[in-house]
Amino acid sequence: MYAYDEIDRAIVSERVDEFRDQVRRRLSGELTEDEFKSLRLMNGVYLQLHAYMFRVAIPYGTLSSAQLRKLAHVARTYDRGYGHFTTRQNIQFNWIALKDLPDALADLAEVGIHAMQTSGNCTRNVTADQWAGVVPGEIEDARVWAEILRQHTALHPEFSFLPRKFKFAITASDHDRAAIKIHDVGLRLRKNDAGETGFEVLVGGGLGRSPFIGKTIKPFVRGRDILSYVEAILRVYNQYGRRDNIYKARIKILVHELGIDKFAAEVEEEWKQIAEGPLTLDDEMIEDIRARFIYPDYAKLSDSPEELTKAKADPAFAMWLDNSAAPHKQPGYAIVTLSLKPVGGPPGDATAEQMDAIADLADKYSFGEIRVGHEQNLALPHVAKRDLPALWAALDKIGVATPNINHVSDIIACPGLDYCSLANARSIPIAQELSRRFADPATGRLIGRLHINISGCINACGHHHVGHIGILGVEKNDQEVYQITIGGRADEEAKLGELIGPAVPYDQVADVIEDIVEAYLALRERPEELFVDTVKRLGVEPFKERVYATR
Amino acid sequence: MPLVKNGAVVADDFITVADDAQLPGDAPALISATRFLADPEALIGRNSPLGVIWPNNRNIAELAPWADRLALIALVFPTFRDGRAHSQARLLRERYGFRGELRATGQVLRDQFTFLVRNGFDAFDAKKPSDAAAFNEATHRYTEFYQPTGDGHLSALQLRKQRHKVAAG
Amino acid sequence: MTSPLQKKIKIHGPSVVTANRTSDGVVIWRTADHGWSTDLDDAAIVRDGETARALLTEATADDVGAVGPYIAPVTIADNGTVLPGNLREQIRNTGVTIELPAQV
Repeated sequence: MYAYDEIDRAIVSERVDEFRDQVRRRLSGELTEDEFKSLRLMNGVYLQLHAYMFRVAIPYGTLSSAQLRKLAHVARTYDRGYGHFTTRQNIQFNWIALKDLPDALADLAEVGIHAMQTSGNCTRNVTADQWAGVVPGEIEDARVWAEILRQHTALHPEFSFLPRKFKFAITASDHDRAAIKIHDVGLRLRKNDAGETGFEVLVGGGLGRSPFIGKTIKPFVRGRDILSYVEAILRVYNQYGRRDNIYKARIKILVHELGIDKFAAEVEEEWKQIAEGPLTLDDEMIEDIRARFIYPDYAKLSDSPEELTKAKADPAFAMWLDNSAAPHKQPGYAIVTLSLKPVGGPPGDATAEQMDAIADLADKYSFGEIRVGHEQNLALPHVAKRDLPALWAALDKIGVATPNINHVSDIIACPGLDYCSLANARSIPIAQELSRRFADPATGRLIGRLHINISGCINACGHHHVGHIGILGVEKNDQEVYQITIGGRADEEAKLGELIGPAVPYDQVADVIEDIVEAYLALRERPEELFVDTVKRLGVEPFKERVYATR
Repeated sequence: MPLVKNGAVVADDFITVADDAQLPGDAPALISATRFLADPEALIGRNSPLGVIWPNNRNIAELAPWADRLALIALVFPTFRDGRAHSQARLLRERYGFRGELRATGQVLRDQFTFLVRNGFDAFDAKKPSDAAAFNEATHRYTEFYQPTGDGHLSALQLRKQRHKVAAG
Repeated sequence: MTSPLQKKIKIHGPSVVTANRTSDGVVIWRTADHGWSTDLDDAAIVRDGETARALLTEATADDVGAVGPYIAPVTIADNGTVLPGNLREQIRNTGVTIELPAQV
């Protein structure tokens, strides 16, 4: 993880003081709500149905055990004892009082956490592959670059009042776990022929009312030029992005209206003016950031320790191992995903007790480090394989060892109408019901990888467009109904799902999803053909026929 | 709308002149971009300082040829949420070499002062007197900055590098 | 932008004015005695556009105390109990429709 230096600490603590002053002025009436709204949003404070919601950034999904404990402390002290991990490596607290927020922020600042720009029309939390730095075969640790970008975009004087929100995501692996193609700017680390590190830069991806898959604007930008290149993109966007219509204000619309070539030419022209200027990074600057990342001192361990071989005799352990442990770049270690999708539970929620317990387990088994993925699960990134049986027992005890990672019950869902003031329909109860229908881990295994994504409104926080099965809640005549799409995906082959038929009422959603899954099991060529591949091969029609024939 | 310069509320030397009104003979005048662009050479040749109010939806590069002869450029924030003038300010200062007074007008609030200063503004038409009074406090809140701009502060990356050099002797 | 207060207000059936309390975000309803209550039962009920506008105008004037006042539908039960008029308002009144994680 990245350890703050005195500069980082100063900026975060000065931001807390500034926000404390802003809250004071709001409560005394010096600031109107109209003025305050943008200011609070820029520090992650929303007003939801029941209360204020507080969104805290977990940049590139990396947390220390001390940070996770502090998040538990905030949940317990200022909220109702739990938090919700989002699809953008943030955590949300749903019940916080405005008057308590400055204190909560000050507590978080002690461990180097902030809520800067987790909302508002500014550059948002920079996200990355949650396995960065530990997964085999990546170009290099994407988090170093994510941190460079985090710093550059934090309190940027020119780009804090953009036409609309602006999100970055970075990956360094061929398999994209960071969903870079559905971000305003997606960065894929690569090497050029000369062996230099740089980025393929994608622009204009995003979901919401007008979903777009990001397009490559430049196939290779050297690492040293990435800040100036990003500055050029933001400057063009700040000046020419639409401000007349909130639904057309994202950069994806500007890119779409201008065309990628014209937009790229505008950026190139601006970039020419600022390249080789003060934003150019040199090796020393990059090393300086890299050196503040703490890397574990791995032991030389067996890749198939006896403890592990023995424990596999227990089918429950074997199933969990197969599902939730992934290969690590260091022999003898594994990356372990912790499911925040228990049967019947709200996706992505963790209680303060669970957070504390996970922090302890991270200290004991993962060099004190925790990761947060966009699928709303956590991970322990450096677990010695010989410790896996003991870790499993401990995780199971606190309810985060459901062996359903990437399975049909590993559902992404936004908070929906239960919490959110923008929502038209509920998301969580739909997810809960589905997870009960598909509770049997053997069923999940039989089906294989299948991502269900649920959003409670067109803003698409639940990424429904790119779910293998996407569920979008809408309101019709005061009733909740749900549109269902299939065939979407968020990875390197990102694609928007296609509507399968008319919207269905709340109480029929789970039945329809079951029918879709049954249709897939009947239609797939062989067990290895994933749901999304069957849809790709056959199109939507055969699914539509089977699902809607009897409706 | 109190005008803040050098950290203090001051009187405005410039008279804002409507497009259809006569320019004052020998007093500093602030005119619209439309009026200015109709006959820039004549207007800029007056004996008194001239200022131009430049809208935030017009390319600031159009004003660049006269940047060194204008005494004042006023950029506009129709609401503080519309951040286009932030980019215009940096371009004027850092690309087009404008050294005159750069004034922020419109909905200018305390919470933007630091950003405005970093982008090169040195005069502020504060919307609220209480914000004008808080100018010094607001602009001294932050002691460190991540980004390099034309304001002379070293960015965090530059500062760290410099500290290494000092440490290395 | 036209303020909602300048537009003609149409309501369909009995309505209330609701908002969130500035200091802690708690759901509140405008009362007949020019204050706020955290109990829907205390809410002033309006039945026509003009009265609704007056109540909303008065509520909006309290920018320090309340955030985002708006007109919300209610139904009145036979025994006179005031009930939220739609699912969203029901959730605001009685809370989430799921069990909270910390209570499990």
